[in-house]
Amino acid sequence: MGKLIAIAGPVVTAVEMDNPRINDVVAVGTENLLGEIIEIRGKETIIQVYEETDGLTPGQPVTSTHKPLSVELGPGLLTAMYDGVQRPLDKIQALAGSFITRGIAVPALDEKKKWEFKPLVAVGDEVVEGQIIGTVEESSLITHKILVPVGVSGKITKVEKGKKTIRDPVAHIGKTPLFMTQHWPVKKPRPYKKKISTNEPLKTGQRIYDFFFPTVKGGQCAIPGPFGCGKTVTQQAIAKWCDAQIIVYVGCGERGNEMTEVVKEFPELKDPKSGKPLMDRTVLIANTSNMPVAAREASVYTGMTIAEYFRDQGYDVAIMADSTSRWAEAMREISGRLGEMPGEEGYPAYLGTRIAQFYERAGSVRTLADVNGSVTVIGAVSPPGGDFSEPVTQNTLKIAKVFWALDAGLAAKRHYWAINWLQSYSLYAEQTDSWYDENIGKEWSTYRRWAMDLLQQEAELLDIAQLVGKDSLPQEQQFLLLTARLMREDILQQNAFDDVDMYCPAPKQYSMMENLHSFFLQGQKLIQKGMTTTELESHKSVEFIGKMKYTKDLVRLGDIK
Amino acid sequence: MKVFTNAQAVKGPLLIAECDNAAFKELVSVTRSDGSKVQGQVLEVFEKKAVIQIFEGTQGLGVDNLRVKYLAKTATVGVGENMLGRVFDGMGQPIDGLEYFPESQRDINGAPINPVARIQPDEFIQTGVSTIDCMMPLCRGQKLPIFAMNGLPYNKLAAQIARQAKVLDGKEFAVVFVAMGSTHAEADFFREEFEKTGALNNTVLFLNLASDPSVARIMTPRLALTAAEYLAFEKGKQVLVIMTDMTNYCESLREISAIREEVPGRRGYPGYMYTDLASLYERAGKIETSDGSVTQIPILTMPADDKTHPVPDLTGYITEGQILLDRGLFKRSKTPPITILGSLSRLKVKKGQVREDAAALADQLYAAYATGIEFRDLVAVVGKSALSDRDVAYLDFAQAFEEEFINQGFQQERSINETLDIGWKLLTLIPKSELKKVKEEHIKKYYPQ
Ligand SMILES: Nc1ncnc2c1ncn2[C@@H]1O[C@H](COP(=O)(O)OP(=O)(O)OP(=O)(O)O)[C@@H](O)[C@H]1O
Ligand SMILES: [Mg+2]
Repeated sequence: MGKLIAIAGPVVTAVEMDNPRINDVVAVGTENLLGEIIEIRGKETIIQVYEETDGLTPGQPVTSTHKPLSVELGPGLLTAMYDGVQRPLDKIQALAGSFITRGIAVPALDEKKKWEFKPLVAVGDEVVEGQIIGTVEESSLITHKILVPVGVSGKITKVEKGKKTIRDPVAHIGKTPLFMTQHWPVKKPRPYKKKISTNEPLKTGQRIYDFFFPTVKGGQCAIPGPFGCGKTVTQQAIAKWCDAQIIVYVGCGERGNEMTEVVKEFPELKDPKSGKPLMDRTVLIANTSNMPVAAREASVYTGMTIAEYFRDQGYDVAIMADSTSRWAEAMREISGRLGEMPGEEGYPAYLGTRIAQFYERAGSVRTLADVNGSVTVIGAVSPPGGDFSEPVTQNTLKIAKVFWALDAGLAAKRHYWAINWLQSYSLYAEQTDSWYDENIGKEWSTYRRWAMDLLQQEAELLDIAQLVGKDSLPQEQQFLLLTARLMREDILQQNAFDDVDMYCPAPKQYSMMENLHSFFLQGQKLIQKGMTTTELESHKSVEFIGKMKYTKDLVRLGDIK
Repeated sequence: MKVFTNAQAVKGPLLIAECDNAAFKELVSVTRSDGSKVQGQVLEVFEKKAVIQIFEGTQGLGVDNLRVKYLAKTATVGVGENMLGRVFDGMGQPIDGLEYFPESQRDINGAPINPVARIQPDEFIQTGVSTIDCMMPLCRGQKLPIFAMNGLPYNKLAAQIARQAKVLDGKEFAVVFVAMGSTHAEADFFREEFEKTGALNNTVLFLNLASDPSVARIMTPRLALTAAEYLAFEKGKQVLVIMTDMTNYCESLREISAIREEVPGRRGYPGYMYTDLASLYERAGKIETSDGSVTQIPILTMPADDKTHPVPDLTGYITEGQILLDRGLFKRSKTPPITILGSLSRLKVKKGQVREDAAALADQLYAAYATGIEFRDLVAVVGKSALSDRDVAYLDFAQAFEEEFINQGFQQERSINETLDIGWKLLTLIPKSELKKVKEEHIKKYYPQ
């Protein structure tokens, strides 16, 4: 057994440890606080502690579990809310009340609950690692697939179907019992057969994110922005409405009230497709800003590992990390306490590598079970002062394929989604174009390019109008400005709190674009015939366009006369 | 309790002293050679050595003839309902000439609220200030900072809110007022203001002065929040904590970090300032096991009026909106100089707490004022003659809005319904056909005839 010799905040030092290894989990002090070995310096073992260390004294014991920080994966994950190291917050509440106290050890999954296990294999079958051997109806939305743990394979010698707890074996390979759960170290990506590419968009029901800067299933998206511009509202809206089958929502170093909002709201919201509560497909990780920083550092890995596990069952998973900047800051804080050589702005030199490694765990894959699954990652970034040149934003943009740039100016004008359409980009747009053209409407890509072009032209014309005044522009250009304004106000702007407009499915997005495009073509002709932009501005078709987003069953814009 | 007489070094507010397995964050009492005492706390501990932060500062402290006594406890504060009406210094000692007998001793760092135990804040607190109550309403359990500027009368606003704030459903209400790094004049102002108006009866006042050592300033808000949590979560009160000036607090944080030679973050502030501020701001909230609530209005001054400065920036990243002051309004003698552009409350008041028309009316007023200000900027370039009648109406609206809605002064208290009625009256200045954000039935009911 080891013994503590120094304590400095979340970083403590021990000596005389029995076979210490990097990343192994240890119990620190008489209260058995949860910690992880992060450095070994000769005789000294440096440990980061996932709980507050107040009151800890040198001389107290430290024992290693000789296992890396792992999560337990199996039925019971859905609808749960965990802290950064997968401790179930509701169980902690039941034991400790409204405040989180230290040294509470609770199993991540319910050990008493009985699940109906339906085997898909029989005695004598040869199974391989990652193979699906049975199912459990976990929630109204999701059938949990039970997988052979990685590294295990062989002939099934026994199958036990029926009501089982996660501690009962459900099958045997020789003498090895298989359970419905397995452990996995959070910092190690789960294996798969190969990465595959897909054109299928992850549809969010938000026009700016679907129509203008789309992502694919398995995509890597970043949403940097100053405070109060819409990172969290975006993450929550996508978690609610996107067509992933599983949502992993990681509140990493952000507000407690925002997590409460999710917990209270999601069970009441219905999945647009099935009508079932959205909570039934959701796993929450909440390590808020006032919870220990070491556990905050772990939280994004905990979330990612759970996401990969559902991917391995053949599901499309979306993981939101709000905010990756807080994760990076936790890394910086730990690194500082270790006395590591600081890189840019005090962040450790390995910041870029860690960010890249995290985003690279996303993707569409062929799983070991020979099915397709995906993890889409959407990371919020909170740059100090809203300055995108800082290290976390820059390192994220090196790897992310979709850049949703939030803009303080737009947010101040209450233009929501406050996504800057000139600065943002998606490297998947070409891919998704072909999918949308085929599956939603054949002019989708035409409209998208037209819309982007229109907004670009508007920006240029507005520069000129600043100098000469709008009225001195030719009628065609004034009309273009009018159409662009309608594009901004009636298409780009979307109120996340409006009962109808909060969710705009792809076919409706298409109709809205079709109508605005039709307005533009017809208007251009009328202008050529001598009509003025001012006359068109007060035309009832403009009112029609303004009402589109609040209309459930959209009709086509008729002829403008 | 262990006592040592060997110290190795003194540096800034830090004392490096001998110990025998002291505890991290353990409290320490240090007796100087002349018998006078100072208090400290262990910041870093080794088997035989501790780094101790001295609250009162280390002035006059040497390494010889010291008695360092480890108190075998972490920092606590005495709390009780009997704190109401009392004035304490920044370390929690009464300074109103009376003794204080606490009901209970509490750890000043508290413990994080379990996110599953929280209740989403959605119940209204009336501050009696129109701009806040209508345009950025405060909810019980929310944290909503005031972004102030040097030279603006934000102290008067702070006192006004402390004096006027109340809940409308008859629940018990209390204020915890925390001054950090205040000048003597400011501290006297607050004290007199609260005594004069009788607000003190319902208030606990903590006064940390600019002349107090910086380490003490780090403790002050923690003591105050511990008291607030006790009053709220154990005594069931609706507690409003007003903390001013957070910029002074952050200066102290920076100072201590520099002395400890930590790697500095932006503009010399420590990299962990976000986490440190969050450990204060996140203590606002409402929980399932209590009827009470802790609401916070932290006040900060933005250095060089810069919203991207680390203090307002990190605050904005933690709080749930902000109340922004404006120098222009103040120059035009509109007080309190709260601008509605750039201010926002991110939380929503639930139905039934305020009149049915409140939220939509706020949207309409905001839109109309924003339009009016756009025209004001335009007029500055092209002149008023370029405007249509409709445009001029908006221009006039913006003017009247500042005059009548914003400019209520520091003495007047308005009920939320009075505020809403003023809003409706002002809307008559723009064409009725332009009222697209308010419901038809509300126009019928509330539009002045
Ligand atoms: N699409 C939207 N519809 C309506 N309101 C929105 C929308 N997007 C953002 N907002 C408004 O902006 C506010 C701030 O948004 P949000 O909380 O997402 O900011 P954030 O970028 O996460 O900020 P922080 O970094 O401080 O967490 C919301 O409370 C809401 O009032
Ligand atoms: Mg946010």
